[in-house]
Amino acid sequence: MITLLESRTVNKRFGGLQALTDVSLKIHRGEVYGLIGPNGAGKTTFFNVLTGAYPIDGGEFVMNGAELPGGKPHLIVQHGIARTFQNIRLFRELTALENVMAGHHIRSSAGIWGVLAQTRATREEERLMQERALEILDYVGIGRHADTVAKNLSYGDQRRLEIARALATEPQLLALDEPAAGMNATETAGLRALVETIRADGVTVLLIEHDVKLIMGLCDRVAVLDFGKKIAEGTPAEVQRDPDVIRAYLGGHRAH
Amino acid sequence: MTTTSSTLTLPAGFSLDPRVQRPLVILLALVAPIVALSFGKSWVRVLDFAMLYVMLAIGLNLVVGFAGLLDLGYIAFYAVGAYTWAFLASPHFGIHLPFWVVLPLGAAFAAAAGITLGFPTLRLRGDYLAIVTLGFGEIIRIFMNNLNQPINITNGPQGIDSIDPLVIGGVDLSMDTSIFGLHTPSVVLYYYAFLACVVAALILVRRCQISRIGRAWAAIRDDELAAKAIGIDTRAMKLLAFAMGATFGGVAGGLFSAFQGFVSPESFSLTESIVVLTMVVLGGMGNLAGVVLGAVLLTALPELLRHFAVPMQMALFGKTLLDPEVLRMLLLSLAMIVMMLVRPAGLLPARTRYAHRDRRNA
Repeated sequence: MITLLESRTVNKRFGGLQALTDVSLKIHRGEVYGLIGPNGAGKTTFFNVLTGAYPIDGGEFVMNGAELPGGKPHLIVQHGIARTFQNIRLFRELTALENVMAGHHIRSSAGIWGVLAQTRATREEERLMQERALEILDYVGIGRHADTVAKNLSYGDQRRLEIARALATEPQLLALDEPAAGMNATETAGLRALVETIRADGVTVLLIEHDVKLIMGLCDRVAVLDFGKKIAEGTPAEVQRDPDVIRAYLGGHRAH
Repeated sequence: MTTTSSTLTLPAGFSLDPRVQRPLVILLALVAPIVALSFGKSWVRVLDFAMLYVMLAIGLNLVVGFAGLLDLGYIAFYAVGAYTWAFLASPHFGIHLPFWVVLPLGAAFAAAAGITLGFPTLRLRGDYLAIVTLGFGEIIRIFMNNLNQPINITNGPQGIDSIDPLVIGGVDLSMDTSIFGLHTPSVVLYYYAFLACVVAALILVRRCQISRIGRAWAAIRDDELAAKAIGIDTRAMKLLAFAMGATFGGVAGGLFSAFQGFVSPESFSLTESIVVLTMVVLGGMGNLAGVVLGAVLLTALPELLRHFAVPMQMALFGKTLLDPEVLRMLLLSLAMIVMMLVRPAGLLPARTRYAHRDRRNA
C-alpha cells in the first residue's frame, strides 16, 4: 500500500489550549479514511492545519513524499489536496457552473495579458474549462442546475456543488468536512454513492463525519480523535470495539 | 454597451428586446453630442465629462463590484493620471510629450499607486479597507497641495495650467475643426475620443469579467477563505484588481487634464471619490451596463439642475435660495436613500455573468 499523505506529530495550540497533540497518521492511496471523535476533539482543526487555513505549531504533513508548506492554502491545493467546509462556503453570486470553473483556477493558466487580448489559447482554455465543468457537474449529479445561482440551490445540491468545486482542482486527496451534516436519509444515501464513485475513480478521500452508519459503511480505515489526541486507528469494526473509543464517546474518563 | 443577457428592465416594468437594445444604445451614444450641440456647446461639455465619469465608474466597479474591495480613495488614481499628464505635457516643466507616451505612463503610474495602496491593505476588508483607502485618497491630494516647496513640483493649490490638449494624428482636439466640410467644435471631437476610450475600457473589463481572473475576483468577493481553499492566490488577485482599477482611473485622469487644460488638487477631493462610488452603486454594482447608466445619469442630472434650478428659483422667489451645488449634493444623497429603499441592487440589477453561456442556455 502506498502512503499518500502522512501527518507526523502534528501539533496545534490556540493560546493555552492544546487543540492537537502529536497527531500522526498515514492515509493510503485509494482509500476512504475516516476521522471521527466527539465534538471539539480537533477534527476540523486537523483539516484546517492540513489545508493551510491555520499555521502549524509543530510536526509536518508529507504528501507524496514532499513536505507541505504550512499556512499557505493556495499552495497546498497545488499539491493535490482539496477540501469542503462543514458550513457550506460557496461563491453565492456565481452559478453552479461558474463555481466549478472557479475551481479550475489552478489547473488553468490564462494571465491578464492573454485575457485582455483574448488570445486563441485563452479562448480555447475557457472553452475547455467550461466543458470540463459541465462534466463535473453531471458527475456529481447536478448538471441540470448548471445555470442556477449557487445561493438558490437546495441544501443537498449545495453540498454536491461544493464537492464538484473541490474536484475541479483535480485533487489526489479530497477532504470532506461533515458532508452529510443536515442531510436526510435519501440525500445521505446519494452522498455515499457519490463518495464511492469518487474513490473508484482513484481519488483518496479523507472524511470527517458524525453519521456512524455512514462512516462504518464507507471507510476503509478510521482514526479517532479525542481532546486533540489520536486514541485509536483501524478498520471501522476494530475501532468500534476499542475500549478507549467507547469511553471517549460515552464520556467515561471525563466524569472525574 | 449593454452587457447583460437578460432584457433591460426599466423601473416602470417596461422592457426592451436585447436585440433592439444594443443598436439603440450605440446609436444613442453616437448621436448624443449632435443633439446636445443644438442646445449649446456647454451641453456637449457635460457629455464629455459624463464619458470621463463612465471611465472612472468602470474602473472603480472593477475593484468594488467585481473584487468586493471597498475603495473610498479611488479619485487618487484619477489625480495621478491627471498630474502625470500635467507634468509631461505642459510648460510647467517645459516637457511636451505626445499622448501615446503620456497616457500609458499615467496609466502605469496609477497602476503603481494602486499596488502601493494594495500591499498594506491586503488583509483588510469592508469597513477597515474603506477607512485606509479614504486616507490614501486624502494623502495623495494633500501631497499635490503641498509639493510646491522646497522644490516646486506640483505648483501647490494654484495647480498647473496651459496643459497641452489631446492631439491625435496632427488634429488638435482643442480647436474647432472642419470634418467633411462640417464645422466640428472641439467639445464634439473630445466626445468621440472619450467615447472610443470608454468602449475600449468596456471591452477590456468585460474580457476580464468573463475569464479565470474575473471568476477569481468574484470568488474572493463572495468568500475569501473558500477562494484560498481552491487555490486562488488572493494576494496576487487583489493586487491585480487594484492595479487594473487604478489604470482606468489614470487614463481618465490624463484625458481630464488634457481636456480641461488645468489641474489643481481641488478636483480630487473626497467628494469626488464618493460621487464615483455613488454612480457604481446607483447603477448596479458589478453590472457594467448599470454602472455606465449610473455615471451618465449622475453627471447629466446635476447639470440639468444647475441649468433650471436658478431660473426657477428666481421666477418663484425672486432670489436664489439654494445654490445649485448644494442642491446637487442634497439630491444625490436623497437619490441614494431612495435607491437603497426601493432598489437596493441598483437601477440595473441584472446578474453579472462570469462565463460564456451562449451555446446551451437551458
